[in-house]
Amino acid sequence: MKLTLKIWRQKNAQDKGGIVEYPIDGIEPDMSFLEMLDVLNEELINKGEEPVAFDHDCREGICGMCSLFINGEAHGPDRGVTTCQLHMRMFKDGDTIFIEPFRAKAFPVIKDLVVDRSSFDRIQHAGGFISVNTSGNTIDANAIPVPKDDADKSFDAAACIGCGACVATCKNSSAMLFVSAKVSQYALLPQGKVEATDRVLNMVHQMDLEGFGNCTNTGACEVECPKGISLENIARMNREYLAASLKG
Amino acid sequence: MALDSKIPNGPIADKWTNYKDHINLVNPANKRNLDIIVVGTGLAGGSAAATLAELGYNVKAFCFQDSPRRAHSIAAQGGINAAKNYKGDGDSVYRLFYDTVKGGDYRAREANVHRLAEVSANIIDQCVAQGVPLAREYGGLLDNRSFGGTLVSRTFYAQGQTGQQLLLGAYSAMNRQIGRGKIKMYNRHEMLDIVIVNGKARGIIARNLITGEIERHSAHAVVIGSGGYGNVFFLSTNAMGSNATAAWKIHKKGAFFANPCYTQIHPTCIPVSGDHQSKLTLMSESLRNDGRIWVPKKLEDAQAIREGKKKAIDLSEDERDYFLERRYPAFGNLVPRDVASRAAKERCDAGFGVNKTGEAVYLDFAAAIERYGKEAAHVKGLNENDKALVTKLGTDIVKSKYGNLFQMYLKIVDEDPYVTPMMIYPAVHYTMGGTWVDYNLMTTIPGCFSIGESNFSDHGANRLGASALMQGLADGYFVLPYTIGDYLAPDIKMGPISTDLPEFIEAEKAVVDQINKFINNNGKHSVDYFHKKLGKIMWNKVGMARNAKGLTEAIEEIAALREEFYKDVKVPGSANEFNQELEKATRVADFLELGELFAKDALHRNESCGGHFREEYQTEEGEALRDDDNFAYVAAWEYKGKPSDAVLHKEPLNYENIKLVQRSYK
Repeated sequence: MKLTLKIWRQKNAQDKGGIVEYPIDGIEPDMSFLEMLDVLNEELINKGEEPVAFDHDCREGICGMCSLFINGEAHGPDRGVTTCQLHMRMFKDGDTIFIEPFRAKAFPVIKDLVVDRSSFDRIQHAGGFISVNTSGNTIDANAIPVPKDDADKSFDAAACIGCGACVATCKNSSAMLFVSAKVSQYALLPQGKVEATDRVLNMVHQMDLEGFGNCTNTGACEVECPKGISLENIARMNREYLAASLKG
Repeated sequence: MALDSKIPNGPIADKWTNYKDHINLVNPANKRNLDIIVVGTGLAGGSAAATLAELGYNVKAFCFQDSPRRAHSIAAQGGINAAKNYKGDGDSVYRLFYDTVKGGDYRAREANVHRLAEVSANIIDQCVAQGVPLAREYGGLLDNRSFGGTLVSRTFYAQGQTGQQLLLGAYSAMNRQIGRGKIKMYNRHEMLDIVIVNGKARGIIARNLITGEIERHSAHAVVIGSGGYGNVFFLSTNAMGSNATAAWKIHKKGAFFANPCYTQIHPTCIPVSGDHQSKLTLMSESLRNDGRIWVPKKLEDAQAIREGKKKAIDLSEDERDYFLERRYPAFGNLVPRDVASRAAKERCDAGFGVNKTGEAVYLDFAAAIERYGKEAAHVKGLNENDKALVTKLGTDIVKSKYGNLFQMYLKIVDEDPYVTPMMIYPAVHYTMGGTWVDYNLMTTIPGCFSIGESNFSDHGANRLGASALMQGLADGYFVLPYTIGDYLAPDIKMGPISTDLPEFIEAEKAVVDQINKFINNNGKHSVDYFHKKLGKIMWNKVGMARNAKGLTEAIEEIAALREEFYKDVKVPGSANEFNQELEKATRVADFLELGELFAKDALHRNESCGGHFREEYQTEEGEALRDDDNFAYVAAWEYKGKPSDAVLHKEPLNYENIKLVQRSYK
C-alpha cells in the first residue's frame, strides 16, 4: 500500500508545532498501525531525519499507552481497539491519513504525538483505592461474598485502561468516563462502600482541578472507548456524588 | 566470593515462620529516617513500594512508563495460583510447592518455593480486600480454573485480564501512599546505573526521559523490580519498552547473574506474520483448558492447508493428530509450557505446520463449543440435537470465558476463531534467570535487592502457568518488607546520604559519557537494525532447542555484532530532550552483552531441563534429559569486564523434601 501521512510534529511543549506530510510505500495490510509508524521511522532515521515520537508499549491492547488521534478519531477508525490493535487492512491504497496527539488542556503535549496524562494518576491519588493495610493480615477472601453480577459489573468498570480516548474524543475534554469507571469499580463492591463518600468527592474535586471539562452527555466517549466502558458508570458516579454531597 | 544462600535451618514447613520470628525489626519511628529506592513498578515493584511505604519507610519509585499502571504485568492474562483448596480437590501448600519444584525441572531453590506456596493464600485475601474484582461463582464465592502442569483447580482469575486487575490493585495501593506523601513517584524515568558506597548500594543514576536530565538519587537500600529480559530476542511477548538495563547495570557493578539461559517459550502465541513484526502476542494458557491442539496426520494434508487448498474443517477426526493428547495421556493439552512448546516445534519441524511459513499448529475449540452447547441445551430443556442451537449456546459460553482473547485474535489475524480453529506457535515469554539473590532476596551487592521476574529464585528451569503473578506479589507484599528490615536495622542512625559523594559523581559521569558517545556516533544503522540482528541470532541458535555448535557460533556472532553496533549505530536527536531512539540504544547495548552471557550459560550446561533444551541431551522419546549428578546447581555468573570473561559460581541445589525424578506428564 502507498499512503500519505500527515503527522503533527512538535519539538517540545513550548514549540508551536504543525502538520508535516510524509509519503510512504510498501505498507502491508497485516501490519499494525504502530508497525507502519516503525517503518516510517526507520526510513526517517536512514535519511538522517528525526523519527516521530509516539507512545506505545505492550502492543497487545492492554497497557493503554498508545494514544493516537487518527483521521479525527481516538485510536482510529476501528471500534473497540487501541491503536496497537488497529491494522492497516482498515485503510485503502492511496489513502491520506491524519495523525495527531490526544488533545486536551489536561493532557499537555510532550513531543510530537506524545502527551502527558499524569492528571489521570493524580485523580487516582485523591481516592482511587480502598484504604486497606498491605499487611497480609486481612480476612479470608471468601468471607466477603460478592454477588456474581456485582463482581462482573465491577470488573467491567475496572477494565478501563486509562488511555484517555474518552477525553480526547469529548468536545468538552471531560474525564467523566474514566473517573466514573474507577468510582464504579469500588462502589459496586462491599469492600469499597466504607469510604465511598470521601472517594467520590475527592476524585471529582481533583478531576476539576486538573482542568477537565464537564460532561454534557453526548456519549462520544463510550463510542470511542477501546474497552467498551459504559455510560452507565457516569450515571452511577453522579448518583454517588449526589448522595455524598447531601451527606457531606 | 562464596555464595551464601542464607537458607534458614529447620524443617521446610517452619523455615519462614522461624526466620520471621528472629530477624531484626526496625522501630516505626526509625523507619521514617530510612529511604528506599524501588526501580520498576509492576506487580513486584509496585506491591513492594506500597508495602514499604505503608510500613513507614520513605520510598522513591521509578518507572520508564508514563504511569506505574502500564507496567507489563498488566498484560498477564490467565491467573494467579494460591493453595486455598476452596474446591476441596486435594490442594495444599505442600502440593503447590511440589508442583512448582517439579514444574521447574528441579532447578529452583526449595526453601524459596515453599515460602511462595505458604504466602500464596494471603495474596488472594489481600487483593480481594483491595477491591480486585476476581471472578466469582453465583454463590458469591471466588471461582477457580486449572492451568498447565497441575491436576488441581487453584488458579484465581479475572477473565483473561488477571494481570491487569492485580496490577491495578497494587497501583491503587501505591496511589494511596503517593497521596499520603510516603511514595515519591518518578514516572518516565529510567535507572541507568547503581551507586555503591563503601561496598553498599546507596543510590542510582536516573535519566528523566522527558528532559534528558541526569539525576542522582540516594537511599539506604535499592530494590530492583524491573522484570525480565525476553526482549533480548527482539520478538517476544514482552512490552516494547521491557529492558534488562537495571538488572544488567547492577550485574556490571557486582551482582551475580543466575541461569541466564532459562527462558520460557510460551506455547500459545499468535504466529509471526512477516518481517515487519515488532512483537508477538500471547494467547492465555487457560485456552488449553478447552482448546485441543492438533496438526494433520498426513503430510499431504498439511501441505494442502499451507497452500490454501484445504481448510482445517475439511479434515475429519481421523485425519487429525491431537499430538499432546496422544503423547501425554494423563495431562493431555495441559502439559507444562516447555513440554507443549517443544512438542509443537517437533511437529512443525517434521513438516506438519499449518500456516504459510509452516510454523503454526491448531488450537481448536469446536469440541468445547459442542460440549458446552449440549450441556446448556440440556439445562434449559432444549433440543440437544439441534446443531445450530448447540453451536450458538456453546459459543456464548466460550465467549464468556475467553471473549477478549478471541477478539484479540480476530483483530490481529483477521479470522474468526469461533468458526475456524486458532493458529498458534511458541514464542519467547518469560525469563526464569535473573539476578542471583539469597533467601532475603538480596543480590551479591549488599543493600541491593531484586524481586519478581528480575531475580532467579522461584521458578527453576521452567515456570508453571499462573506462578509469575504469584511470585511478583509474594516478593513485594510479603517477603521483601520483612527481609529488608533485617538489613536496614543497623542503618537507623545513619541519616540521609549525600548525592555529592565521589561515587555519585563518578557513576553519573560514566552514564553521561555513554549517552554522548551514542549521540555523537553518527553511524549508518538504526538501533532496531542491530536489535533485530541480535534477535535472529538468539532465536536461531539460542532459542527453543540449542546445540554446542550453534551456541559457539552465537557467542562469536554476538560479540562481533556488539562491536559493529558501537562503531556503526546512528542515534538521531540530542541528549537533552525526549529521545526514544536514545532510550532504545542504551537498552540494546545491554542486550548485546546479556545475549552473549546467555549463550555462554547455555553452552556450559550440558543437560536439558525446562526452558533449556540441548539437542545433545534427550531421551529416546525426545524428552529433556537432565543430569542431576553434574548440574543440580544454580549457575551464578560474576562480571569481569566482558561477558566472555564472566566467572561461574555454583550454588548447589539440595533437595531435602522432594525426590528428583524425571519429569513425566504421561
